[in-house]
Amino acid sequence: MHYSETELLICVAARLMEDKKTCFIGTGIPMLAAALAKKLHAPNLVAVFEFGGIGPSLEKLPLGVGDSRTFYKAIAATGICDLMETAQRGFIEYGFLGGAQIDMYGNLNSTVIGNYFPPKVRLPGSGGANDVGSFCWKTIAIMREHNKKRFVAKIDFITTPGYLTGPGAREAAGLPPNTGPYRVVTNLALLGYEEKSKRMMLLATHPGVKVEDVVENTGFELIIPDKVGETEPPSEQELKILREEVDPDRLYI
Amino acid sequence: MKTLEEGLGELYSPPAPDEFRAWVHKNKELVMKEKVMDEKTAVATFVKDGDYIGTELYGTVRAPMSLIREVIRQGKKELRVAGQGIIEIDLLLAADSVKSLDITYVAYEVYGISHILRRAVESGKVKTTEWSNAALAWRFKAAAMGVPFIPTRSMLGTDTFRRSAAKIVECPFTGMKVCLLPALHLDVGFIHCHRADKYGNCQIDGISGFAIEFARACKRLIVSTEKIIPHDEIRRYPERTIIPYFLVDAVVEAPYGSHPGEMCYLYWRDEEHLKKFLEDSKDEGKTKAYLDKYVYGVKDHWEYINLIGLARLKWLESQMTGR
Repeated sequence: MHYSETELLICVAARLMEDKKTCFIGTGIPMLAAALAKKLHAPNLVAVFEFGGIGPSLEKLPLGVGDSRTFYKAIAATGICDLMETAQRGFIEYGFLGGAQIDMYGNLNSTVIGNYFPPKVRLPGSGGANDVGSFCWKTIAIMREHNKKRFVAKIDFITTPGYLTGPGAREAAGLPPNTGPYRVVTNLALLGYEEKSKRMMLLATHPGVKVEDVVENTGFELIIPDKVGETEPPSEQELKILREEVDPDRLYI
Repeated sequence: MKTLEEGLGELYSPPAPDEFRAWVHKNKELVMKEKVMDEKTAVATFVKDGDYIGTELYGTVRAPMSLIREVIRQGKKELRVAGQGIIEIDLLLAADSVKSLDITYVAYEVYGISHILRRAVESGKVKTTEWSNAALAWRFKAAAMGVPFIPTRSMLGTDTFRRSAAKIVECPFTGMKVCLLPALHLDVGFIHCHRADKYGNCQIDGISGFAIEFARACKRLIVSTEKIIPHDEIRRYPERTIIPYFLVDAVVEAPYGSHPGEMCYLYWRDEEHLKKFLEDSKDEGKTKAYLDKYVYGVKDHWEYINLIGLARLKWLESQMTGR
């Protein structure tokens, strides 16, 4: 069955979500992935949205992290302080992130390209990203364009903490222990982090993508394990639910 | 307590809890009196050039747009602004009303980055200090608590911290590193709510964003409301009053006041209007033309409603999901 790059990204992200866990959701692909996961393997996934939505049904796709669909048939509708404090207390397992640049330790930039001020390109800023990257136990970055402009040796600005400068750096900075980047989903591959060095490691290539393609499009040395997996293409069931139930109005796909 | 690191960012509104206490004591009325007025009077009475202002909203949701359009119409200048917004910050920037931004996020989520923010900051015209969303909300919380700062674990180890005006200290109890966020007091705050009585007792449906903290961090608070309800209604459901009257200085009736944004349970976001604005905002001339038509071209919010058209607004109501 034919599928688009966006659909593949959504399916790969959805498969990473576990049932009966909490997950901090951002705009776009994470919303669709959470909705898909809820309809497949994770019916008891509790999605949380930074402005106060806790555990919505996700029957209808939100357009923003504060819109009314983020608390449609939800468990609770509170506010940003409550949600951020819940994360800071250690109640949120997964968090989704994105950015214009990422480095080998999973640090993300969504603030500026070039100098800080005046910048060459002013990007949106942290929003909730820094908090999600600081407080959630495991973070998953979605990077739609895997290339050397995005995967760089040195990012221009650390908006959101990954493993900072390497092993032990998060703890030394005062961030909660045993937290940090977990997975990176791109248009080419699924990546993770090597336990000891905390450096980004290739886990699986997407259908039709070779290991060399990933290496060539990454601006830093990627750890390539002996065995690299291959991403299962989206199944007929995944695509059917995604197209007919998750996003029937084709807002995103 | 030892200070370990200090952010390089400028503090546009330094914490001053005692000054705030004294100001509130002198200026805030504890008697319940009628505060209903039009937006023109509210803005003219309470907003001055150079003030530190902020809006409470989430993205394009429950945005006090009618009040912000009035601030622009009155040509307020040199404003220092708490920036966690979208279109209302863009309009203020486009109208040259802003001097500096405590910024956490100004962009359009799935629709991408703000071209107006890019022009304003890349040209060096508008200064910025960085914060995370939680940091900004907690800064309001510290102000609401009446303390000079609040300890958190946000922004540690990042350039977001380095370009903020926060400080990292060693916790005197645990020895941990914590990030101290300075309380953020506002000269004037704007909130759009679902219902209020004539005294300013306000109710909000759905998620409350940071309305609770923000309302308590403002010297002057201007509230716009979808409708004004009888005082008895407030007394019947007091648990719904998240902003009591004594925090509020002006109540402005503004049905569809969040347009082109949404209002939960009432009307959906005007996608067509928003997308057109985003397209126009790429070009400076077209941005000015938008301001001319929708802000300067109308005398008040009632004329704005006529310009958008009741048919359109009713259709947006029909698009809203129920409970």
